[in-house]
Amino acid sequence: MRIVVAMSGGVDSSVAAALLAEQGHDVIGVSMQLYDQSEGQTSFGSCCSIDDLHDARRVAAAIDIPHYILNFERQFDEQVVTNFVREYASGRTPLPCARCNSDVKFATLAERAAGFGADAVATGHYARVERDATGRYLLRRGVDVSKDQAYFLFSLTQSQLARAMFPVGDRPKEAVRAYARQHRLPVAEKPDSQEICFIPDHDYASFVSDRNPEVVGSGPIVDLDGRVVGRHDGIHRFTVGQRRGLGISASAGTATAPLYVVGLKPADRQVVVGPKRALEQTTLTASDVNWILNPPTEGRSVTAQIRHRHRPAPALVRALSGNRAEVVFAEPQIAVTPGQAVVFYDDDVVVGGGWID
Amino acid sequence: MRVYFDYNATTPLAPEVIEAVRVASRDLFGNASSVHHFGQQAKAAIDEARSAIAALINGDPSEIVFTSGGTESDNFALRGAAEALEPTGRRHLVASAIEHEAVLNTFKALARRGWKTTVLSVDHAGILTPDRVREAISTETAVVSVMHANNEIGTIQPIAPIAAIAHEQGAIVHTDAVQSTAKIPVDVRALGVDLLSLSAHKFNGPKGVGVLWIKRGTRMLPILTGGKHERNRRAGTENVPAIVGLGVAARLAAAKLESEATRVAALRDRLEQGILARVPGTAVNGDPHNRVPNTTNISFDRVEAESLLIALDLEGIAVSTGSACSSGTLEPSHVLRAMGFSTHRTQNSLRFSLGQFSTDVEVDRVVEVLPRLVEKLRVLTKNSVAARS
Repeated sequence: MRIVVAMSGGVDSSVAAALLAEQGHDVIGVSMQLYDQSEGQTSFGSCCSIDDLHDARRVAAAIDIPHYILNFERQFDEQVVTNFVREYASGRTPLPCARCNSDVKFATLAERAAGFGADAVATGHYARVERDATGRYLLRRGVDVSKDQAYFLFSLTQSQLARAMFPVGDRPKEAVRAYARQHRLPVAEKPDSQEICFIPDHDYASFVSDRNPEVVGSGPIVDLDGRVVGRHDGIHRFTVGQRRGLGISASAGTATAPLYVVGLKPADRQVVVGPKRALEQTTLTASDVNWILNPPTEGRSVTAQIRHRHRPAPALVRALSGNRAEVVFAEPQIAVTPGQAVVFYDDDVVVGGGWID
Repeated sequence: MRVYFDYNATTPLAPEVIEAVRVASRDLFGNASSVHHFGQQAKAAIDEARSAIAALINGDPSEIVFTSGGTESDNFALRGAAEALEPTGRRHLVASAIEHEAVLNTFKALARRGWKTTVLSVDHAGILTPDRVREAISTETAVVSVMHANNEIGTIQPIAPIAAIAHEQGAIVHTDAVQSTAKIPVDVRALGVDLLSLSAHKFNGPKGVGVLWIKRGTRMLPILTGGKHERNRRAGTENVPAIVGLGVAARLAAAKLESEATRVAALRDRLEQGILARVPGTAVNGDPHNRVPNTTNISFDRVEAESLLIALDLEGIAVSTGSACSSGTLEPSHVLRAMGFSTHRTQNSLRFSLGQFSTDVEVDRVVEVLPRLVEKLRVLTKNSVAARS
């Protein structure tokens, strides 16, 4: 069948493309240009991601598939970047990769792929799509638990999953690298990327303030009792659970209890700090919930994951009206962060997920 | 089968050119500036090419300066003339809005350095009317630059009257003839210009070599300084094999200019009529009469050109959305925008450009495949619009 592979220039999507081509599919490589890659008028060399496009093109040539760069700058800006900036300005911590998956890769790109006669869109995510006996599509975690990316894919709908393929999801990362080496893919030794693709040098705070200068502005750091214990220069620089960078002296807390960000109040430009136990939370609610399995209106025992590097914890989840959900954990969880995703699993099958309020 | 209808982007080398470049690469390795036998051989080959290209455009060999291609020629023309005229107080540059980026972005660069620039829009057919030039220029104007034939829509501009108007005000006149050379007669004297750019790879010659024709007596300064190559006009050791290839391509073009124009125009017309007849919601962009014989630019209503371009490539058919330099990004065509078209129409147009090796079989193939692809994309567009609303 004809399959469009979203090629980032990294080893995972390169191997995904190579595997599908090897299986005899009619594979079309596509790299998405998501933000302006042109050089400035006064200086050159400011952009590194153009190298990734070159790598994708070299891989496509090596495995002898056509390769196109599609410009999704406008869609990416509307669907992902605008949300990213708005979330930080609202005292929340966004998860742009999940938005990009459901609103760009498996939406805009999938539409374009259909125009090329493609039946499916494949990516290099560590996740699996399967079909159960009733014909329903299931999203499962990748077999390499340390690399699993199902968390970032929770918002795919049934119709999106029906056309999604994750060719590396059923093998460990090391096997993916070994395959790349064995097939002499030009990116076999390329390090994994860790950063948000559109943020240069991890400096998301400057990115947010460049895009929305209104977020810049100092305000008080207050403790749980409302006492001012310091000043900050913009709430977009903070995220719940953060400990470093508060710039307040140890005397503000007690010697034995370091202070953490426990909340952000954008209306008052306040950063609220407290001891670690103030970060503990047993319940949360989520909005814009996507149920891949049936919505558990009567409640369902699941494990729930509240950020990418969080071990899913036992919880009871209940579907509420208006695409919302309520989660009650068996044990208190640290740093439930508004704006991040909460994803529910039954073993390694994604039940659904939503955005933490 | 694969179909190549993107000759305005670049052309395959003529077999005679391949052979000439091969032999020159092997036998003419001497530095053309050297006094000895090896240098003389190289120099003679360059001058042979100089005569060939001069003959094609009715210039004198001494007026030919070899460059690295169309972009360098355009930069050389604009920057070289602008700098030469700077002491006279002429600080104003004029071009059409449908020029190649090599001209438009050089204008922007000069504007940043204090030059006043005027970019003139064209009429609905893609033609710059001479009256517009008359209104825009003055005795302050240093250079007027108007392309001979447009790369995206193929329209031929009224260079001779524009040049006459510009000369009345004492301006230097440049024309970018990259897309007209070897497609239609290019006669520098009849055009009445002072500077003319051309590029070998647009007429079955090698890439990386072109010409700036500089009318004898034109005030110009070099932009590449160094040795005394090209009589102090363009420094840098000559790319002998490429220049030799350009010369051979020029001779081939001169020998069959008329017959090829007739043959290619017939193919292009059959392609165009086939598409218009078999695909609903199509229209030709640009003046259907004043255009080079190999080019047609067609709008496909309710289709994104980028998607259609890729769908065609997956069927083995190579065309373009406009200038090759801007593909890979879905920017609206600046040419169609300057003609006053809607945003949609600036993003739904494909350029089909034919050439020496184009055949009837290729035309048939495109006319056969295209209706199905367009229909499919239109259905999907309709569905996704319906799904969003």
